[in-house]
Amino acid sequence: MTPRISLLGTTALLFEAPGETSLATQRRIWSLAREAQGWPEVAEAVPGVNNLMLSLAELPDDPAPLATRLQQAWAAAEPMTPSADSGGGRMVTLDVIYGGAWGPHIADVMAHTGLSLDEIVAIHTTPDYPVFAIGSHPGYCYLGGMDQRIATPRRQVPVLNLPGGAVSIGGGQTGVSASAGPSGWNTIGSTEMVFFDPTLPVPCLLQPGDVIRFRAKQVVR
Amino acid sequence: MIEILSDTALATVQDLGRTGALRMGVGFAGAMDDLALSAGNLLLGNDETEAAIEVQIFPFALRFLTGGVFAITGAACGATLDGAPVLPWWSVAVEAGQILRLGVPGPAAWRGSRAYICVAGGIDVPVVLGSRSTQLRGAFGGHQGRALRQHDLVPVGRTDRPVVGFGLIAPAVVEPLLQDGVPAIRVLKAAEHDLYTADSLEAFWSQPWRITPQSDRYGYRLSGPSLAMATPIELRSHGIVPGVIQVPQGGQPIVQMRDAQPTGGYPKIGTVIGADLWRLGQAPIGSHIRFVCSDWAEAVAAAARNRAYLDDVRRLALLHGCQTGEG
Repeated sequence: MTPRISLLGTTALLFEAPGETSLATQRRIWSLAREAQGWPEVAEAVPGVNNLMLSLAELPDDPAPLATRLQQAWAAAEPMTPSADSGGGRMVTLDVIYGGAWGPHIADVMAHTGLSLDEIVAIHTTPDYPVFAIGSHPGYCYLGGMDQRIATPRRQVPVLNLPGGAVSIGGGQTGVSASAGPSGWNTIGSTEMVFFDPTLPVPCLLQPGDVIRFRAKQVVR
Repeated sequence: MIEILSDTALATVQDLGRTGALRMGVGFAGAMDDLALSAGNLLLGNDETEAAIEVQIFPFALRFLTGGVFAITGAACGATLDGAPVLPWWSVAVEAGQILRLGVPGPAAWRGSRAYICVAGGIDVPVVLGSRSTQLRGAFGGHQGRALRQHDLVPVGRTDRPVVGFGLIAPAVVEPLLQDGVPAIRVLKAAEHDLYTADSLEAFWSQPWRITPQSDRYGYRLSGPSLAMATPIELRSHGIVPGVIQVPQGGQPIVQMRDAQPTGGYPKIGTVIGADLWRLGQAPIGSHIRFVCSDWAEAVAAAARNRAYLDDVRRLALLHGCQTGEG
């Protein structure tokens, strides 16, 4: 299977790795991002989940050479293991209130999965979730490791103002919103952690390669 | 210094946007009409990267607490300075205490929806993560990380080379773009384009799309024929940029704009070319647009024409400044 490269208009390229989402593939994505960040034609290499966006420093006459270079770099990319030196690899535990006003869409997850409230909470609090990527809004972490039994499609119409700290499920992924804003995901609970502060030398609390653990502080019925 | 007199929300400080912090989840922000902002800066003798006030709710008023030079670009909005008409796209000298009022953009040769109040020296708010643009979602950048309010005092940078009494023809007049009489936006196909049904693709490229009231700096929600994939798919979250046209399961497209999230996961049918983002940024709510299928070469040529327009402005401003001794 070969990766897929497509245009995001005239300002970015999107690289999508083949196969299922996995930590092993994601480690190669981080490695590819570090490599591509050094290329003069790249303004920024932005890891996603199983993919990498390259925002372009300038509009090239032809985007094909960069796509070729990306293919070659992927073939050579070794899995990167985040270390304390690179600012990653820490474990953070988040206390979550599940359900009720804190998780207004948990009923939709129950309806879609056929699982009970307690089963969803138990399944959601079991794994260690590696931070695969940062995106969506300042400080937001895309997490790997969610048990696919609680996977629930994104909402047909996005919610216009989801509060900060919302713990949610979108398709096969879970995450925690870092500030209030629109979202297409299903909110199942809430936490009070602060994930981003632009006045700090390192504005993001978490980095790719860190690990999150959810702990049920309360389950509201 | 400028004092905001209007209590109208949604006016913000914007420059050309924030790059380099996407990896922290920080979106681009920046002027919805980047061409109007750049041109306004250049005609004042500024670097084109200086910040200005983007106004999108009218009328709007402010008072200059210090003298200087300003220009209004973007939407024509019947501006007045102490009651005297102000030419659009024109550098105007102002004295301390004078009041600038922007009226409601009306039926003109070209109807826009956002005006830029540019000042010689630029709006001098702190640079945060590489830009002066307001990051509304993150509540930083711009003026205190939020939209401007009545009685806000907005700092203006110093400059010793302002250009006065010089003007431009708006890009929308120089480079109009219509398809069957409807404002056109050029689009490159995106990754999921070919997964849509033939009827959906036919409709996407041939029907007018209405910009609904649920449209803002984050995104334009469009209304038109319902778009469907032959087989719906779920995507993994990935980086996106302003101009990406996503289609949620409801079938009505959403164009990501300047305050859009830097990542998304809805299928993408196309992406507006960078050179036409300003056209979309000026398209009023309730108006219709058409999408035109473009290719890389045309997109490069369109960007070159925008660049040539701005290079002309820079040269003319320099020439004018030399002739009048202002420069």
